[in-house]
Amino acid sequence: MNTQVNLAGIKMKNPVTVASGTFGYGREFSQFFDLSKLGGIITKGTSLKPKSGNKPSRVCETASGMLNSIGLQNPGVEYFAENDLPFLRKFDTAVIVNACGSSVEEYVELCKILNTLDIDGVELNLSCPNVKAGCMAFGNTYEGVKLVTSAVRKVLDKPLIVKLTPNVTDIASIAKAVEDAGADGVSLINTLLGMKIDIDKKKPVLANNTGGLSGPAIKPVAVRMVYQVSKAVNIPILGMGGIINGDDAIEFMLAGATAISIGAGNFMDPFTSINTVKGIENYLEKYKIKDVNDIIGKVEMN
Amino acid sequence: MPKQVFAKLVKKEEIIKGVFKFTVEAEEIVKDSKPGNFIEIRVSNQTAPFLRRPISIYNLDKEKGLLEFIFQVKGEGTTILSEKQEGENIDIIGPLGFGTFKFESRKNIAIIGGGIGIFPLYELAKQAKKLNINVDIYLGYRNKENVMLEKEFGKVSDNLLIATDDGSYSKKGFAINFLEENLDKNKYDCIYACGPLSMLRAVQKLSIDKKINCQISLEEKMACGLGVCLGCAVKTSKSPKDLPEYWHVCKAGPVFNAKDVEF
Repeated sequence: MNTQVNLAGIKMKNPVTVASGTFGYGREFSQFFDLSKLGGIITKGTSLKPKSGNKPSRVCETASGMLNSIGLQNPGVEYFAENDLPFLRKFDTAVIVNACGSSVEEYVELCKILNTLDIDGVELNLSCPNVKAGCMAFGNTYEGVKLVTSAVRKVLDKPLIVKLTPNVTDIASIAKAVEDAGADGVSLINTLLGMKIDIDKKKPVLANNTGGLSGPAIKPVAVRMVYQVSKAVNIPILGMGGIINGDDAIEFMLAGATAISIGAGNFMDPFTSINTVKGIENYLEKYKIKDVNDIIGKVEMN
Repeated sequence: MPKQVFAKLVKKEEIIKGVFKFTVEAEEIVKDSKPGNFIEIRVSNQTAPFLRRPISIYNLDKEKGLLEFIFQVKGEGTTILSEKQEGENIDIIGPLGFGTFKFESRKNIAIIGGGIGIFPLYELAKQAKKLNINVDIYLGYRNKENVMLEKEFGKVSDNLLIATDDGSYSKKGFAINFLEENLDKNKYDCIYACGPLSMLRAVQKLSIDKKINCQISLEEKMACGLGVCLGCAVKTSKSPKDLPEYWHVCKAGPVFNAKDVEF
């Protein structure tokens, strides 16, 4: 049985990756299992300079999911290159850096540095809903996405994947901007903007008032969007949003994803990602499918 | 190093109304646990509740590999947890938190706790007693109905003072007031605290004013418990230039030097 996939030029032993912001830089989860079992690791959103992140409270639970407003707290690309990348490189797994910035110039400067590092690719974060500047502010228009993606494309030779926000009217047109700007792939979905109110205090639970919704609650939205994007573009899709097992992963692949990411599911159980690898294999075995690539986009619409 | 254990619930006890003590077999977790560590429990194998529940460790029996934790039924997660029966397995990750109580070199310590914040202080007192450290404990409760574990804390202390806000049991007032009264006389070399934020803020201020070492155990809304999601942020007053100014309760904590954090 073949489980290898090629995501935007990144060869992975299986289609399972872990989503940015849910796996740090791998150290904590390496205490539970061998990271080499994963197809790839998407790092925590990393910026040119260190970022403090938002005021607490930053997370809260919701029905079959959670809201977060971390605000991209990270140690910066320099620290990452010196301390985290050498650690990640000890494992036989693809390393994709999630890159975030607050201006086009910042994205470009960051990607110039990333281009010199021993990484397999870049996931351009145009979709974080929790910061005032950059990210989703670019990611929610065709023009914004095209502007940043084109600028980064000029300085980045490595595979470039752009992560999309679902908080838009027409995600297919945004994905088209990614393709038109010369990126190699798209990943979706980032979190859905949400809010939870403490009815005793009559205030939002999160200090930032709103946050990004993730977890199984958002899966149907994510599957629908992956399907729509797969019909609109020819570049491969990294699909995510509420995946917690192999069956969920198969759904995304049938909808058109070449590979998938486990996000909030990592918090529910630290073994969710590698259990998903097994779950995909079980499905292939059950239906006697020899190559996982044979199921990509194979949903038959009614 | 944290482990995932499907720990058998061997004893379940409701110590006061709505507060449960669970004894579980979790040798893999117990052997590496220190006073102040916590565990994360997945209360159901469904997707709701979605996140694990962080719960402090009350007592460690290293010989038998038993772990005891105590929790108050508050919401959906703790309700489901409280319905577990003896013999059932519970999905636990632990021990968690690098910031644990440091006490080995002390001679004379004060421990102060309030309400459901007293639980992680028991193992600390127990281990400190074993090292012949003088242990004075100050526990505060809302009223007589909420007083719990008096006998247990009595056994691991040299002096135990119980206070209730309304005076319906033992001394009337806040535990911090009695600690403050005794400070000059007793010359503690460290104060250890866990409880409501108002108490922790008062202890923090007192320890800074009186220049006494102080370690406090903090709580914050948490998702992963592993230091990955960066949800349980606490502002540090030690923020180095150019570096993020937030630490995380699950990783740097849950126990912090009182002077290092702003909350």
